[in-house]
Amino acid sequence: MSTIPASLKPGSHAADHGHDEHHHEGHQLFGFWVYLMTDCLLFASFFATYAVLFMNTAGGVSGKDIFELDFVAVETAALLLSSITFGFAMIAAHAQKKGATLAWLLVTFAFGAVFIGMEIYEFHHLIVHGNGPQTSAFLTAFFSLVGLHGCHVTAGLIWMAVMMIDVAKNGLRPRTVTRLGCLSLFWHFLDIVWICVFTVVYLMGAM
Amino acid sequence: MSFLGKLSIDAVPYHEPIIMITLAVVGIVGLVVAALVTKYQKWGILWRDWITSIDHKRLGVMYIILALIMLVRGFADAIMMRTQLAAATNGAEGYLPPEHYDQIFTAHGVIMIIFMAMPFMIGLMNIVVPLQIGARDVAFPFLNNLSFWLTAGGAILINLSLGLGEFAKTGWVAYPPLSGLEYSPGVGVDYYIWALQISGLGTLLTGVNFLVTVLKMRAPGMKLMDMPIFTWTCTWANVLIAASFPILTAVLAMLTLDRYLDFHFFTNEAGGNAMMYINLFWAWGHPEVYILVLPAFGIFSEIVSTFTGKRLFGYKSMVYATASISILGFIVWLHHFFTMGSSANVNAFFGVMTMVIAVPTGVKLFNWLFTMYRGRLRISVPILWTLGFMVTFSIGGMTGVLLAIPGADFVLHNSLFLIAHFHNTIIGGAVFGYLAGFSFWFPKAMGFKLDERWGKASFWCWLVGFFVAFMPLYVLGFMGMTRRLNHTNNPEWNIWLYIAAAGAVIIMFGILFTVIQLFVSFKNREQLKDHSGDPWNGHTLEWSTASPPQYYNFAKIPHVHDIDAWTDMKEKGLAYKMEESYAPIHMPKNTPAGIFMSAGITAFCFAMIWHIWWLAIVGLVGAITVFLFRCYSDDVDYYVQPEEIVEIESAHLESAKKEGVTA
Repeated sequence: MSTIPASLKPGSHAADHGHDEHHHEGHQLFGFWVYLMTDCLLFASFFATYAVLFMNTAGGVSGKDIFELDFVAVETAALLLSSITFGFAMIAAHAQKKGATLAWLLVTFAFGAVFIGMEIYEFHHLIVHGNGPQTSAFLTAFFSLVGLHGCHVTAGLIWMAVMMIDVAKNGLRPRTVTRLGCLSLFWHFLDIVWICVFTVVYLMGAM
Repeated sequence: MSFLGKLSIDAVPYHEPIIMITLAVVGIVGLVVAALVTKYQKWGILWRDWITSIDHKRLGVMYIILALIMLVRGFADAIMMRTQLAAATNGAEGYLPPEHYDQIFTAHGVIMIIFMAMPFMIGLMNIVVPLQIGARDVAFPFLNNLSFWLTAGGAILINLSLGLGEFAKTGWVAYPPLSGLEYSPGVGVDYYIWALQISGLGTLLTGVNFLVTVLKMRAPGMKLMDMPIFTWTCTWANVLIAASFPILTAVLAMLTLDRYLDFHFFTNEAGGNAMMYINLFWAWGHPEVYILVLPAFGIFSEIVSTFTGKRLFGYKSMVYATASISILGFIVWLHHFFTMGSSANVNAFFGVMTMVIAVPTGVKLFNWLFTMYRGRLRISVPILWTLGFMVTFSIGGMTGVLLAIPGADFVLHNSLFLIAHFHNTIIGGAVFGYLAGFSFWFPKAMGFKLDERWGKASFWCWLVGFFVAFMPLYVLGFMGMTRRLNHTNNPEWNIWLYIAAAGAVIIMFGILFTVIQLFVSFKNREQLKDHSGDPWNGHTLEWSTASPPQYYNFAKIPHVHDIDAWTDMKEKGLAYKMEESYAPIHMPKNTPAGIFMSAGITAFCFAMIWHIWWLAIVGLVGAITVFLFRCYSDDVDYYVQPEEIVEIESAHLESAKKEGVTA
């Protein structure tokens, strides 16, 4: 939002805000919630497809053969910890502590990068052993569902990088804090989705 | 891989005279329009006031222009199909070879649903909903502009397919494995995928935008159960958009992966399951038809209560009926493929749920009848469309209940009976509704009324043409004729095919008369001018503004005490009053970011269709860069000063007084 002209500062007469700054931030957070619900349905569609296709291994490997729970547990821990550290970043942001916000965001970014790195490693490992997504409907559904989540986390990391530059350059203006709030919703949402992926795909697949 | 991917000069179908003539006509019309804009020096206005506009009213007008253009394109496809089928009887081949004909019926379906009906509905919603709830704009005006240009980008892609390459030959549902790479190796299905994907994204953003608008920005005093009925029906449509369009995104993404990266979601081999596509497609597709028709129901409700001069009968039951239809609309998708082979119990469940939808729909019909009961109907174009709808739609609803019986569906599945049924509900329900809303709100959006005589002529052509064109299809369906046939050889069908073609010609006159109506009304716009802003003695807040409305909508946000807020204000003598003083109004600025972002994304989609990978990267990175620039721009808003507001408001009141309105 632009700077408010002097004639409109409190104490002069109140401006009739069709797009009141405070309300607008409320709109953004609420709008982002609604968007997340639509994203949730995107994941639901891929989950449903996975549920339909996961037994169609076409004579190839099944979940039991390829899932390594120890590895995934570390991956999961990284993502869950990143949610906690993002929580610390938000506390710092609301307290207008720029340095602490940046530090926690950096820690969150690192955990997120570890998660993505491990996922890429897992995918690469599967593909070089001849278990790529083109092999069977099960692997198609697996790569797509987990990959969709991975794409979301990657987008979240890019967004986080942009926000870190923003905070470093411009400090914690209300607009920036609102956007951090949206990103934090996004990040926690991806965490919840991952818990479902971990349960439905990995745990139920390996058991 | 060459610089232009799969794209080469061979992609232009220069050996097809029909396509080349069409392209020439489109080119000439485009040049004439461009020349006229240049001659009258309107490029600046076009850019500043329309293309970059984030005003919901102007975006609404642009949506409807897009819808009308696409209506002509979709209808051209329709009349070609009907004439082909009338010509290609008794073993004759007709004039459209199968590979061209298949593209035409696919394009007809996609265009009419995604690029005619959706933009028409969203256009009306854009113009009316913020005004009805007493808001100055939508929650995210820039996003609204972006949504429009994404929809327009999709429309551009689908029209490009006419002259570059081909369109899908799969039918508008693009079922795999036919739409898979093996059986559709060309770019047709890719055009389909990306055109739907990009416009679907625009629609999804619109849905989110309007949900936030309606839930967060209603005028003070307006509780949810005080919202005008059109706003209510649009809100349910937006709930359906938010809940169903992600499924379309997902299923198209899966088809994309199958086609581009050799995945096995829907393939015949390696364990793919084509029925999963069909399930997901209709889990979106069925709510989609309610997205189209619910706002039309809202339009009819507004029109019936306005033109009888009465309150809408059973407002609450109307809201609850809309809610039940929305929820039931999500648990009937399987009726599109009873023949899939589910168990009798599954089919019975979906059959019963489908029939149950007739109940809330019946509630609505009776509410409209009771609103008219003992009212004094003013016969004008909007109410004619409403009456025509009530008769036509009832028939379509009844044939729908018939099709909902799984046993009957096994006989009628994919027959022309089905084609007749859904045209009966979509034309008789949604299209009649939009055309009713078009004539009802046209003076509000443009400042002058539409010519009545040409409007009535158009209505009668549409109504008569519809029955002549589609009743024979019911008969043909019973006689065993299936959909998507290119030529036939059954003498008993001939007469009905001829009658149906004649019906299409009558509908053509309906469309022609609408075009003439627009010209005549524009020519006589001074006589038809709407001075008061309330040409029909309306009930709701949009009629309290000038026509066309002040760009800030409301100088002061009204306090609402009644469902019919404007009637309430008129009765209490609060209408047409100047305020003692006005506060400055905070407004968003126009921005070209939306069209630039959409240009990047459209280029990305085009590049994906033709496998021009460098252009795909450029387009996507370009769009993201524009988005980031927009996010970090500080020059996004301004204040309207009180002096300007006073000037605009007193001009409106002066003009209203000329009309004889007493304050």
